[in-house]
Amino acid sequence: MTALDPAEIARIFRAEYGRAVASLVRLLGDNDQPEEAVQEAFTAAVQRWPSTGLPPSPAGWIITTGRNWAINWLRRESSRGYRHAQAALVHAGTDASFRNPAEMDDEVSPVYDDRLRLIFTCCHPALAPTVQTALTLRLLGGLETAEIARAFMVPEATMAQRLVRAKAKIKAAKIPYRVPGEAELPDRLRPVLAVLYLIFNEGYEASSGAALVREDLCAEAIRLARLLADLMPDEPEVLGLLALLLLIQARRPARTGPNGELVLLADQDRTRWDRALIAEGQDLVRACLRRNQPGPYQIQAAINAVHADAPTAADTDWRQILALYDQLMAVAPTPVVALNRAVALAEVAGPGPALAAVDALDLKRYHLYHATRADLLRRLGRREEASIAYDEALRLTGNAAERAFLQRRRDDTARGR
Amino acid sequence: MAQYLLSVHMIEGEPAPAPEVMEQAYRDVGAFNKELQASGAWVFAGGLHPPTTATVVRYQDGDVVTTDGPFAETKEHLGGFWVVKAPDLDAALALAGRASRACKRPVEVRPFQDEPEA
Repeated sequence: MTALDPAEIARIFRAEYGRAVASLVRLLGDNDQPEEAVQEAFTAAVQRWPSTGLPPSPAGWIITTGRNWAINWLRRESSRGYRHAQAALVHAGTDASFRNPAEMDDEVSPVYDDRLRLIFTCCHPALAPTVQTALTLRLLGGLETAEIARAFMVPEATMAQRLVRAKAKIKAAKIPYRVPGEAELPDRLRPVLAVLYLIFNEGYEASSGAALVREDLCAEAIRLARLLADLMPDEPEVLGLLALLLLIQARRPARTGPNGELVLLADQDRTRWDRALIAEGQDLVRACLRRNQPGPYQIQAAINAVHADAPTAADTDWRQILALYDQLMAVAPTPVVALNRAVALAEVAGPGPALAAVDALDLKRYHLYHATRADLLRRLGRREEASIAYDEALRLTGNAAERAFLQRRRDDTARGR
Repeated sequence: MAQYLLSVHMIEGEPAPAPEVMEQAYRDVGAFNKELQASGAWVFAGGLHPPTTATVVRYQDGDVVTTDGPFAETKEHLGGFWVVKAPDLDAALALAGRASRACKRPVEVRPFQDEPEA
């Protein structure tokens, strides 16, 4: 028997929560009881595992224990006169596997599909994007309502109500619990990828608050993207998204200075980049290139792979990055992509043409639009206009680390540096 | 099998579509209704006269009070609806997509409460 660190149970909880809930949702067809069942199972684990040691398959143990709790719950319900059928259904497949530990692992494998079904339910287009994100974090990530509320800067009661309403809608409107068929898959995969990217971005550039990065959200997004890539290894955009997140995450150690201040890509100490994450991301990008079915996430991943290739900022192959942005503009012509393309254009053709491209964009409410303009104006020696643009960027950002960076740049510009 | 209300809302003061567009919509809705009936998804459907033809009846303190006009004082009014049977929301949304294409207006999908078990 090995001594069990409570942190280990917490780690298992985070890793297995979604799988266990997904498995029990399939059995119970409802979103509240499965969560309660899994919570009960982990409560039992916290009490039992420190003395018994880890079971051979912690996930199987949690699912089986949760399912037994659910069966008892269903029995109580059915004794009140309904849900006989569900109780019988769940009961039928259970007793044998509970008695036979060898079958516990059998229970775990098809469960992968359950998580995939659950993520498509959470990210159903009939639910608002903010709701999709919250549900995904709650049901697949196992985050507490309070944590999700903090991450998105809304009161806990608001978030709780949002989740309750969403679950009620899933139930009342019968939002199906299944992976969409081939024909619908491209449309239905898009919000799933968008939700994971949004979770990551909110973690990477917290829209407000003191810290630049919210590590928990980044980690959660990568965990879910890895899961999705395991479950749908033939979807190039899924691999593209995972590659993109890994390559951005690899730069995180260099992205903030000793006092938490923002360090731009060009100024980062590249020895602090996480080489393992870069290698994994670049392998995925290469796999995507071989498939030759490019999409927005794959192209963005490729852009980040080019940055990762450059030992110093001066070595960056900006021509290739510009070519990739042109390709991205062809498939995802958004103003934000055009803004990023202008940044690459400045490196290839100089700040003048880049400023002309930026000025043509309708992004006046986006702080990075003004920050980019300010930087281009500064490089063109138009210091007064640059200061005004920095002020505008400052007015539009709530993130303390970014504000400090912009303020520093603004002061330097005003002093003529 | 769940039931869903597919409703079509009209906005007061919106310019009416050209007569040939209206006629096409009538024909398309007719064809869609026939398909619904053939597939077994059909429960009921109908188009409504304008809200100015509505009357509200209210039981109040032992009396029945009748007032002219629609119930809601809004610019949007129910113009017509379908009630359909579908196994889940995806199936209902697919029907609503075809309904919207036929009537050339947005269609709202709302689930009915389950009928009490017999």
